[in-house]
Amino acid sequence: MATVNPIVEPAVDAVDPGAAGETGRRRGPGAYLLMAPAVIWLALFFLVPFYSLIATSLYDPSGSDQAGWEMTYHVGNYATALRDYWDSLAWSLFYGAAATAICLVLGYVVAYAIAFKAGRWKNLLLVLVIAPFFTSFLVRTLSWQLILADNGWVVNTLQFLGILGEDGHLLATPFAVVAGLAYNFLPFMVLPLFASIDKIDHRLIEASSDLYANPVVGFFKVTWPLSLPGVVSGTLLTFIPAAGDYINAQLLGNTNTTVIGTVIQLQATTANQPHLAAALSTTLMAIILVMVVVYIRRADTEDLL
Amino acid sequence: MSSPVETYDGLRMRGLTKSYGRFTAVRELDLDVPQGAFFALLGPSGCGKTTTLRMVAGLETPTAGTISLGSAEITHTKPYRRPVNTVFQNYALFPHLDIGENVAFGLRRRKQSDVRRKVEEMLELVELGPQAKKKPAQLSGGQQQRVALARALINEPEVLLLDEPLGALDLKLRRSMQIEIKRIQTEVGLTFVHVTHDQEEAMTMADTVAVMNGGLIEQLGSPAELYENPRSTFVANFLGQSNLIAGKVVGRAADVVRVDMEGITVTVPAGRAHADGDRAWVGIRPEKVLIGEAGAALDAPGNTVPGGVVTDVSFIGVSTQYLVRMPWGQELQVFAQNTGRDPIYRTGQQVELSWRPEYAFLLDHDQDVRAGAEDEDA
Amino acid sequence: MNPALRWLREHLVLLLGLGVLAYTFIPIAVVVLMSFNDPATRNVYRFDGFTLDNWLNPCEDPAMCEALGLSLRVGLSSTLVATVIGTLAAFALVRWDFFGRSTSNLVIFLPMAAPEIVLGSSLLALFVQAGFAGQLGFWTIFIAHVMFCLSFVVVTVRSRLAGMDDNLEQAAQDLYATPAQTFWRVTFPLVLPGILGAALLSFSLSFDDFIITNLNSGNDTTFPMYVWSVARVGVPMQVNVVGTLMLVISLVIVLGGELNHRRRMRSVRG
Repeated sequence: MATVNPIVEPAVDAVDPGAAGETGRRRGPGAYLLMAPAVIWLALFFLVPFYSLIATSLYDPSGSDQAGWEMTYHVGNYATALRDYWDSLAWSLFYGAAATAICLVLGYVVAYAIAFKAGRWKNLLLVLVIAPFFTSFLVRTLSWQLILADNGWVVNTLQFLGILGEDGHLLATPFAVVAGLAYNFLPFMVLPLFASIDKIDHRLIEASSDLYANPVVGFFKVTWPLSLPGVVSGTLLTFIPAAGDYINAQLLGNTNTTVIGTVIQLQATTANQPHLAAALSTTLMAIILVMVVVYIRRADTEDLL
Repeated sequence: MSSPVETYDGLRMRGLTKSYGRFTAVRELDLDVPQGAFFALLGPSGCGKTTTLRMVAGLETPTAGTISLGSAEITHTKPYRRPVNTVFQNYALFPHLDIGENVAFGLRRRKQSDVRRKVEEMLELVELGPQAKKKPAQLSGGQQQRVALARALINEPEVLLLDEPLGALDLKLRRSMQIEIKRIQTEVGLTFVHVTHDQEEAMTMADTVAVMNGGLIEQLGSPAELYENPRSTFVANFLGQSNLIAGKVVGRAADVVRVDMEGITVTVPAGRAHADGDRAWVGIRPEKVLIGEAGAALDAPGNTVPGGVVTDVSFIGVSTQYLVRMPWGQELQVFAQNTGRDPIYRTGQQVELSWRPEYAFLLDHDQDVRAGAEDEDA
Repeated sequence: MNPALRWLREHLVLLLGLGVLAYTFIPIAVVVLMSFNDPATRNVYRFDGFTLDNWLNPCEDPAMCEALGLSLRVGLSSTLVATVIGTLAAFALVRWDFFGRSTSNLVIFLPMAAPEIVLGSSLLALFVQAGFAGQLGFWTIFIAHVMFCLSFVVVTVRSRLAGMDDNLEQAAQDLYATPAQTFWRVTFPLVLPGILGAALLSFSLSFDDFIITNLNSGNDTTFPMYVWSVARVGVPMQVNVVGTLMLVISLVIVLGGELNHRRRMRSVRG
């Protein structure tokens, strides 16, 4: 059987210049060719716009589309924006935080149930987590509008049970906004949580119960700390879009509370105050960046408990 | 580039070196693997055996040195141009292809004819005929192992490389696969190079074993040679167990070396003495040591060491293993076969030990006496 | 303990989880239901009676279908571009060692850490400064959508690629596959599910986006923008038809893949 193989050739191949190095990764200029399109796209349409945004936020406020805008390093735009719209900023951060908290509780239950209790239905249930979100965001939110409407069955039931007063209503309240946000961003919480919880070795939980931890203590001493990476990324992925969203606030909230997203949208377009829109955008981004950095730092030191 | 290679029909490595930055995994390795041999590279993890194997496979580029196969130098030949195939440690079966397609992969890449028949025959050889349409994930570990073997063998490579092929199997399956692989090797007559850290596996399967440590080959030979006449403390400890007792060389004759071992003079045949200096380790395998009551005349004309006290007794059926504390404080291991003739000694009993001089060996004192011992590897 | 109680205790978490999942389907049920609604008046949004009219005349309001068409065109083209260049980048990040690798990683992660309103308003600032204020439309929407889909494509494909056993490619080479054959016969088929998943995700992100699009679309109207514009004046029931269709199509794609996988595993096992 051991016939000589025709493939043997005297050493004709030079050393492969792209051969795997110590890390198992290839070296060479090929990487730049592969990276270039994505990096150039993001540089032109993500990084450069930030420069434009900051430049716009420093325009002389006396300009207009007709007269033109002048870049005068007018830092005062920030003061004006914050003085006029600090309450919108506060509402946005509050809505974002409240929705994130609700998502964390509900999302943890779902992720835990799928990871530990679903057995062979795991994948199917994961699909079901995402499924509702294939219907358009706006259509879904409109659907909430219908469900929470004053003559809808939810309000009627709550009124019947006496939880809600005769003239009480749900729509056009902060409650409806938070509920809508929590609903819309739930998968952003469930998926990272699931990824973390699913990785936890079930024997660790058995070991903790063997070492006299009751299920509640076992959860807080073993499962929760081990799922922290998922908690961190889940809360960030929920909070960031929720704080910038204005669809839920507009469709489900009342007109007295305006969120920062609405303000930026209006100032950038119909109100023709691009310098204010830019100043508010920059401020929102800065606040979020600071929060993310502080939060990740804290989570690293395991102070989250 | 091609310095004339002397004719050799097997796998030959000369000065083979592989460094990663400051770390040298394999240094200046010279090795000949004869054609048709079942060759094992044995050593603890990190000894360079897998790196050597990967250089032969072409998956790692040597820093220096050459590899040749028959008359062809293949040092820098790409892996897909070498008549060498590998059975990977975790099998590396293609999860998206069924068993039949996995096995056919190499033949199809080389546009061979009659692929279907060859695949059927090969699956027959490894007793997996009915599983051809299954995906790798649906097979047990042992079955996956045999697919990996079939996938490599079907290409009739000049050298088949096996990288810890049985590492993921449980003990019982491992034993039966060892015999199975040995059977297949005899049947197909190809050169097998087998990398393992399991000395029993290497000794069961291979006809030649190279013991590697720290990127170097410590000793090369048949399993019996290595076991009976180890040349270094590492080999003595890594292959089986050894009692190593410090001694002073007091005389060298043509055929025998006399060693003073804590006041007792023992002899070691010159052919088994691998120490040049004054100080040396006297080595003796535990099963070669005879144990008897103090003063008893043991059937071992030669080296008798009195004054031992039994400190531990483990009866394991086929033999009884003793630890005996010697007058100089060292505990020696003794394995007494359960022939039914000798009594079983109790802890605390006074005994004397003895062994035939031709079983002892002498090692260089400069070496670490614990090198290769079990609790050190891992 | 009472067996019923014990069963309840053991399955409590699962039941709660399923309960939350069920709750996420309530608005969906309403969308499906409303797609069969025969509304008495356009201003009151409630179920008045069953009809198939909405399904039979999806384009009763031509503006809606026009918006839908634009969304589909933007969705398909931006998905194609984002998936291709995102996949290339994922390969570079996982398989290559190069100067600037960690910076590239950061640049790709950042868009996901920015709220849409910030991405949208900064892109608008760029377009205005570059003198494109009057030409906002398909191309500016396309540029924006590729930008925010890219990060998700890279992350999805990267995790699939990183989870791949690199022994498989070495095994292919060992079995006489040239680098090109190794890529097309082993690497690509194994990464393909990740690429398809990334494309699906990318399309639904693009199709669904409102906030960024609303700032950069000029006079063009995508489907979400159409829904937004009619939300105050009364939504045509056909919007629910589109919502239902999207749900059904994506469920068929995702569940179909999952069930097919299961059936194949079972049929061979038996």
